[in-house]
Amino acid sequence: MNQKPEMKVTIAGVELKNPVMTSSGTFGSGQEYSEFIDLSKLGAVVTKGVSNVPWEGNPTPRIAETPSGMLNAIGLQNPGMEVFIKRDLPFLKKYDTKIVVNVCGHTEKEYLEVVDRLSDEPADFLEINISCPNVKEGGIAFGQDPKAVEKITAEVKKHAKQPVIMKLSPNVTDIRIMAKAAEAGGADAVSLINTITGMKIDIDRRKFALANKTGGLSGPAVKPVAVRMVYEASHAVKIPVIGMGGIADASDAVEFLLAGASAVSVGTASFANPYAAVEIADGIREYMIKYQFEKIQDLVGAVG
Amino acid sequence: MKEQGMAVKSTCEIVSQKKLCPGIFDLRLNGPEITKEASAGQFVNLFLNDRSRILPRPLSICETDKEKGILRIVYRVTGEKAGTAELSGYLPGTRMEVLGPLGNGFLSDERYPDIAVVGGGIGIPPLLGLCRELPGKKTAVLGYRDHSLFLKEDFERTADRLLVATEDGSYAVRGNVLDAMEAAEYVPSCIMACGPLPMLRALKMWAGQRNIPCFISMEERMACGIGACLGCVVRSVKTDPHSQVKNKRVCRDGPVFDAKEIEL
Repeated sequence: MNQKPEMKVTIAGVELKNPVMTSSGTFGSGQEYSEFIDLSKLGAVVTKGVSNVPWEGNPTPRIAETPSGMLNAIGLQNPGMEVFIKRDLPFLKKYDTKIVVNVCGHTEKEYLEVVDRLSDEPADFLEINISCPNVKEGGIAFGQDPKAVEKITAEVKKHAKQPVIMKLSPNVTDIRIMAKAAEAGGADAVSLINTITGMKIDIDRRKFALANKTGGLSGPAVKPVAVRMVYEASHAVKIPVIGMGGIADASDAVEFLLAGASAVSVGTASFANPYAAVEIADGIREYMIKYQFEKIQDLVGAVG
Repeated sequence: MKEQGMAVKSTCEIVSQKKLCPGIFDLRLNGPEITKEASAGQFVNLFLNDRSRILPRPLSICETDKEKGILRIVYRVTGEKAGTAELSGYLPGTRMEVLGPLGNGFLSDERYPDIAVVGGGIGIPPLLGLCRELPGKKTAVLGYRDHSLFLKEDFERTADRLLVATEDGSYAVRGNVLDAMEAAEYVPSCIMACGPLPMLRALKMWAGQRNIPCFISMEERMACGIGACLGCVVRSVKTDPHSQVKNKRVCRDGPVFDAKEIEL
């Protein structure tokens, strides 16, 4: 029996040592989690969204727990691209992992400003956040109309030196149309799902649980929706799909690979267990040994 | 603020759990890896065994017995469906995952000859460990809702003096912690406090007017507890070097802050 399955995956010509990444916004820029896990054991670290200038984010409360999930409305608080490039990127560069910089903006111009600024920096991929439900301008505003998705993808591609991953929103009627629009715009890959817009009300105080009223639902509660959308998207486009949404253990990750994801990403699970992403990478390997898969590619889309 | 020691995640066994008064529980866990590094004002993340509650419960450490490796947590059950209700049903012998110690605690500072340790409601428990750790003279000022005076005996044994206020006047001074201090004509050289926001706000103003240093322990809804998710921010007076905006993370930059640094 093969005890050493090949864990490497290649996305847009970039080789990752395994298919496990971290989901943007759940992992900061890796520094906090590096106290618990070796970041070099991850396929890639995906950073919190980075904008052209520092963003304050939303008022608190920003977090609410829900059954098997949570709502967040952080509002893309981030220190801005200059501090990110000076402080956070060099920190990540010390590790033997790929770096995916998540890019956010209010306007096309702001996205492009960040993309341009990163062109000579050591980022392996850019992930373009057109799906954040918690900011008034930008974010999801670009992600719910296929024409807007194609246009911003094409503009980003004109400027980007690195491969571009478009991060898609599940808050759409048909995810296949959005994935195809990103592909038509020249995206190198798509990642999905971002959070599902939700709401929680505190009945004792008769107030919204979140100051922003609505927030993004994540965690195991969204997983079946995410698996379905990854399946649909991966059958609609030829570019790789990075699957995420409620992955809490290796069996969840395998489900996404079987549905058609070329790589997976661990988000909210890191809050419940800071070691989750590394444990999931190990668990995928064990699954491959158990069922005698030689390489990750053999798992991708192997449901049927 | 005191810099945190290295946090670890470990499986801890419940040694005892008892109800101190309606809604307030006293939990003791065997967690030597965590108590070793812990200091007053820090907190731990407790992971519930019902995994449909995915987020940890960030609860302040009441006190530690470093020799025996016992972690004491005194907490309030916040509702019938709350995770703390599940926690209150755990029996001795139950094992649970605990991550900690987390955050920056109170600084045991010998510059202040007479420290007021001021707690309101469920903000009272973490001050017990602080009273034990502080080297100089300390006065505990405790504000309760009513005559459910949880931990009062513990503070009587630990602090040099105890002032109590109850909102309903059923014990000692009627009113809040400031009423208790004013009734005793007590002006400390430093305040270290934990409690509800209106109490912290009043203390910050009172201390500011008298130019008394004031350190406060803050609370906010959290997800990760280690500084990554940016859920639990409070407004800071100056731009924070980490966030580059006027936001500080309660879990990582606090929970204890110099009151002067925070907008309340």
